[in-house]
Amino acid sequence: MGKNVKIKRGMDITLEGQPENTIHSVQAPATFALKPKDFKGLIPKLNVKQGDEVKAGDCLFTDKGDSSICFTSPVSGEVAEIVRGDRRAIMEVKILADSEVSYKPFATSGYAGKSRDEVKALLLEAGFWPFIVQRPFGVIADTDISPKAIHVSGFDSAPLAADLSISLKGEEASLKVGFEVLQMLTDGKVHLNLHADKNADIYSQVTGVEVNTFSGPHPSGLVGLQINKVDPINKGDVVWTLRPQHVAFIGKFFATGNVNLEQTIVAAGSEVNTPAYYKTRVGANIATILDGNLKQENVRVISGNVLTGDRIATDGYLGFSDNQLCIIPEGDQYEMLGWLFPSYPRPTLSPSLPISKFLKKKFKVNTNPHGEPRAYVVTGQYEKVMPMDIMPQQLVKAVMAKDLELMENLGIYEVIEEDMALCEFVCTSKIDVQKVLGEGLQLMAEES
Amino acid sequence: MKFLRDQVDKLKPTFSEGGKLSFLHSTFDAFETFLFVPNHTTKNGSHIRDGIDLKRTMFIVVIAMLPALLFGMWNVGHQQSLALTGTDGDLFNNFWVGLLQTLPIIIVSYAVGLGIEMGFAQFRGHPVNEGFLVTGMLIPLCMPPDVPLWMVGLATAFAVVIGKEVFGGTGMNLLNPALTARMFLYIGYPSSMSGDTVWAALPDGVATVDGYSGATALGNLASATSAGTGWSSDLLAGGSIMPAFWGNIQGSIGETSVVAILIGAVILIAAGVGSWKIMASTFIGGLFMGWIFNISGASGAWMDIPAMYHLIIGGFAFGAVFMATDPVSAAQTETGKWVYGFFIGVITVLIRVFNPGYPEGIMMAILLMNVFAPLIDYYVVQSNIKTRLKRVQV
Repeated sequence: MGKNVKIKRGMDITLEGQPENTIHSVQAPATFALKPKDFKGLIPKLNVKQGDEVKAGDCLFTDKGDSSICFTSPVSGEVAEIVRGDRRAIMEVKILADSEVSYKPFATSGYAGKSRDEVKALLLEAGFWPFIVQRPFGVIADTDISPKAIHVSGFDSAPLAADLSISLKGEEASLKVGFEVLQMLTDGKVHLNLHADKNADIYSQVTGVEVNTFSGPHPSGLVGLQINKVDPINKGDVVWTLRPQHVAFIGKFFATGNVNLEQTIVAAGSEVNTPAYYKTRVGANIATILDGNLKQENVRVISGNVLTGDRIATDGYLGFSDNQLCIIPEGDQYEMLGWLFPSYPRPTLSPSLPISKFLKKKFKVNTNPHGEPRAYVVTGQYEKVMPMDIMPQQLVKAVMAKDLELMENLGIYEVIEEDMALCEFVCTSKIDVQKVLGEGLQLMAEES
Repeated sequence: MKFLRDQVDKLKPTFSEGGKLSFLHSTFDAFETFLFVPNHTTKNGSHIRDGIDLKRTMFIVVIAMLPALLFGMWNVGHQQSLALTGTDGDLFNNFWVGLLQTLPIIIVSYAVGLGIEMGFAQFRGHPVNEGFLVTGMLIPLCMPPDVPLWMVGLATAFAVVIGKEVFGGTGMNLLNPALTARMFLYIGYPSSMSGDTVWAALPDGVATVDGYSGATALGNLASATSAGTGWSSDLLAGGSIMPAFWGNIQGSIGETSVVAILIGAVILIAAGVGSWKIMASTFIGGLFMGWIFNISGASGAWMDIPAMYHLIIGGFAFGAVFMATDPVSAAQTETGKWVYGFFIGVITVLIRVFNPGYPEGIMMAILLMNVFAPLIDYYVVQSNIKTRLKRVQV
């Protein structure tokens, strides 16, 4: 039997622009792109050049460190452009999509009888491997390893997150196959972590997994917290994590042999006219969703959620792993004496802003940090939003001091950036906790 | 607002890099961000941030000190009137006299402290930290009303430079800066900081009225203990604990009124700014140690005073609420805060009872525990580490 865990420490940030429970179909975007920056530490090695014709499932680039890891095209079409940034680093590989997607066929039939290596080879070649995130460090999974366990968080507790029972409706069979495949990748358990009260019918056909239930505020839906409560990562342990939508991709792949990355994402936030669910694909250009759907120009478009996502342009591309777009106003306005007399309600953990904390239910939030960066003064604040058995402020300080041994002792293997995003949100001193932690993780990864 | 913003924007180039007054950049920045929350936006990471910042946090502490300050102003006038005439003046007059006496101390404290802070910020190319808004108010509140202004300035300079900036500025200091200032004067100029003559601010050369005594309860208790006489409520001002609770007694400017301090404590706790754990554990520690002496069987004024009274007389409440809770110099772990506060209470009472040379123990106790706070935190962190290591072996 799995565990039942109640989370007390944490914080739900309720924002304006909650998605309606409707799924919209918009015109398929003309271009798609894969962004190597979506993967921590990845150095890509191109497999195609501009003008090449590709099918959905054809390899666009591989990981220079492990060339068996392919990043494949989500659609068929022509390689339109390879966008390069500083020092010729590859930023985007753009595909001009055919009107009808044609798929590269893979021999996946009879997957249940295949060996682990054969299944792995298929996942690698078809480009599903990058969906598998490895802890510690939150990097693409190591192909030579069998992890201690695989964890999938069955729900998303982040602000404005998609309700997976809507976005994955109809994917029940794919999820079933997907979880069967995951069980072939590990000698340990596959954990499916569900919310204690939320509808989990989409997982009704899933068998063979350990089901744990969670309740309480965000970050109850973050897989890092769930691992910490169910079966924590110790030094030397390797754990893999996936998101349910990616498990469904894998299931669909093994059922059909096609790399079909169609997904339902949520576009939400106070600046969207119709916050709702939209059908699209991995790597899609989001302009077809946002055209005519924005209330104003001066907005921040975030691929992912407001706490951890990446800033993209209004005609940018959805991040590889993201199933969420958040659109909030920019906060580039001066606010006279705003620290003393806030001129509008804003989300807060602090009772020193009583109107915001106790009265306001939903916030129209912007990107102003509401203060300047300072040295650490306040203590005991991170602990209120950190339900893991980890001392967050001490860990951040250990990273700042580049004290590798202390970082290890304080449990850096158990966290990745998203696990401490709420600490960054509540920080009085406006310290970029996720950035600092990311540097620490990189340092540890280089040393190990 | 638009007009003001335009004026600031007009001035800004002068203070920015390449401008004539660019050496005052940090100072300008401090004033600008005081007036306007900047139009910066988040980069990546968490795109949204909490509404709280350090300015607001520090400002709330200043607000929490206002009841103690206002009461202290009245009390300075009240004590002067008692010393000069033997009778109480009217409310307004008391307050006015107190204001005239107190305001220069506050101005000196802020001017000297902020001046040095801005200089250091400029030198280091840092923004000016808001921490001194609180320190600059705490220093006057823990001074005797009759303290010479040059001493306030000197002590403030010492506290900011040696107590804080040499450690790297706000957030890095080991000791509470305000108590560092008080300690500096207490050791350097003891006759101006304690005794029977410093608690009423009197014009030079004016004699007190017959029968007036400038002794505080702490002084009385210390001398009674030395003399071997026992505890009696006559040792307290007015022969009862109530004046010490309300605060119309002699003492440092902001420390006398437990009521005013408790209002401050409520503000700090309600706003989530001050640690209730530290306040509670300090009071528990003092009560516990007082009670131990009560039941110890040893006799003496300090041994037999009801344990509860320890929390009310002297600077105990002020120290527990405003000084011990300084988050930078206190223990920073949640468990550590309990230990830290408890020992402040215990040590305060120990010093009072055993060391008649220092009638008040809270200042020493807090500074001592400031020094030990990192050690307490170290053990709390080690226990977290041990739990994690144990997990591997199981």
